[in-house]
Amino acid sequence: MIMTKRIGLAIIILASIIFPRVFPNPAVMTVAIFTLLYATATVAWNIFAGYTGYIALGHAAFFGIGSYALAIMCVNWHILGGNIPFVLVPVAGLIAAIFSVPLGWISLRVRKHTFVVITIAIFFIMQPMAFNLRSITQGSIGISLPIPHWSNVSFHLPFYYYALAMLILAQIVSWWIRNSKYGLGLLAIRDDEDRALGLGVNTGPSKLIVFVISAFFVGMVGALHAYFQGSIYPAFAFDPLFDIAIALMGFLGGLGTLSGPILGALILEPTQRYFTMQFSANGYYLIIYGALFLAIILLLPEGIVPTLDKYWMKWNAVRNGIQS
Amino acid sequence: MTLIVDAVITGILTGGIYALMASGLTLIFGVMDIINVGQGALVILGAYLSYYLQQKFHIDLFAGLLITMPVMFLLGLFLEWAFIRPIKRDRPTLSILVTFAIALIIEGILGFAFTNNIVQLKAWYITASFKVGEFYLAYIYVFGFALSVILLSGLYLLLYRTKFGYSLQASMQDRTAAQLIGIDVEQVSMITFGIGVALAAAGGMAYGATSAFNPGSLYDLISRLLVIIILGGMGSLRGALIASLGMLVIEDVTSVIWSPVWATTVFFILLIVVMIVRPQGLFGRAEGRKQ
Repeated sequence: MIMTKRIGLAIIILASIIFPRVFPNPAVMTVAIFTLLYATATVAWNIFAGYTGYIALGHAAFFGIGSYALAIMCVNWHILGGNIPFVLVPVAGLIAAIFSVPLGWISLRVRKHTFVVITIAIFFIMQPMAFNLRSITQGSIGISLPIPHWSNVSFHLPFYYYALAMLILAQIVSWWIRNSKYGLGLLAIRDDEDRALGLGVNTGPSKLIVFVISAFFVGMVGALHAYFQGSIYPAFAFDPLFDIAIALMGFLGGLGTLSGPILGALILEPTQRYFTMQFSANGYYLIIYGALFLAIILLLPEGIVPTLDKYWMKWNAVRNGIQS
Repeated sequence: MTLIVDAVITGILTGGIYALMASGLTLIFGVMDIINVGQGALVILGAYLSYYLQQKFHIDLFAGLLITMPVMFLLGLFLEWAFIRPIKRDRPTLSILVTFAIALIIEGILGFAFTNNIVQLKAWYITASFKVGEFYLAYIYVFGFALSVILLSGLYLLLYRTKFGYSLQASMQDRTAAQLIGIDVEQVSMITFGIGVALAAAGGMAYGATSAFNPGSLYDLISRLLVIIILGGMGSLRGALIASLGMLVIEDVTSVIWSPVWATTVFFILLIVVMIVRPQGLFGRAEGRKQ
């Protein structure tokens, strides 16, 4: 069983490394890069929301902080396009993580439902800030990032591999937390916080640490997204649809599972890009997206991975029963 | 100085309108443990319904409420029955996502039906104003405040003087116990949701009359409403009223003495301060294990 899993994993990683050689088409590559970015963000979101059971709907704030951090560093230090912005992406993630400490501390003082509302409120504090702090963010004009100098043919490749590396790193962190004693504490918080506290789980710091880890990765995603797009505006850097998108991907795949977030992103992000291309009129797009969302939550509330797991176990039990 | 007095008075009057919208939200949370993130979208929908009736059939805004409020009440019943009730597992969390999805759909439909251009409701009492002391005040602020006083008093009577109100309070205090003594909690929830949405219709008309709006206004609106109900304490009607008046006064005074740009930010900074000092809000019950 473990052997087949390892082989499967190796095949998936190999396939994602070869992927750009097989489909060098820029349109396909763009979708692939966005999918990797969203998968990373969803994995990071799941590390916090899935393991602790605290549904955060304000991670777009860290996405925005990451993108602005990278853009402002590039502009202030007159950095040219190339490899240096890539080096600065983790720095931008770190800045997002630093911001997340006070925000997490405040919002984690309350329990589940109120927490959700406060994360939404925090997001709505950050968005007007990007508009209003003109001296730093240049307001609604936005900021242009340096354009990479490499040629058109291989333009997407560095972004693709960087995003892939980020996704693998986030997944390793997610796997490590899930299988550590620390992760068990988080799962205990999800199931019954008062009891976890009574049994000696240090609930406050545990929640805050995982919140910061999650914000760090989402900040990196925001930074790389900004560099890939080439320019940022307050409305796109702080986008409420981003919050909803990663939550939806997490729910579709299976909240709190290891592979669920990636699966959710792999299914939803290309679908979303397709809808945007087909029905670019704003109204249709929102209606379809909202309807899809409703359908997923009402029909598949547990997500794909847990549902498949259940069927697999049932099937296994039946088969073993027949053999014995 | 007169500017500040002016700001306090407009703050109180607009605060009344926000109280109308927030009371629906906090009522739904109190009874059903559901945060209706779609309330902002429903308010905007209410505003557009009033706009439509006025443009198409020349119905006065306040008279139009006699149509829009029942319609929105029915819509509320439908939304609860179709989307909230089927959620069996982890209702509080999933309902937030479901109502967010409803908000997206409403935004999409409104954008499709009315375009994303900014519109404003028109009536004589919106343009005409009268003199209070040294400044002028449009009639709509007073009318809107009066509307909110009437509807909220009606809500008060309904909650504290009728049999339905008693069953609603019982469901608020303990859902299971209410069920055990023979209250149809599902039905109470459905009607509560309807009332909350109907209040959104009235609030939407008053909101649309006092400020210009487009389908995207729902984000601004819902963030404010959420802040108000957290500040007041989730599920507390009294808290929602006091928080709406307080917040709007603070916002208006800030925009006079500092700058309108930062008015909203002060609103949110206050939220953070209150969360540090009193995480359960002004009138909320402390959260923790329910025995």
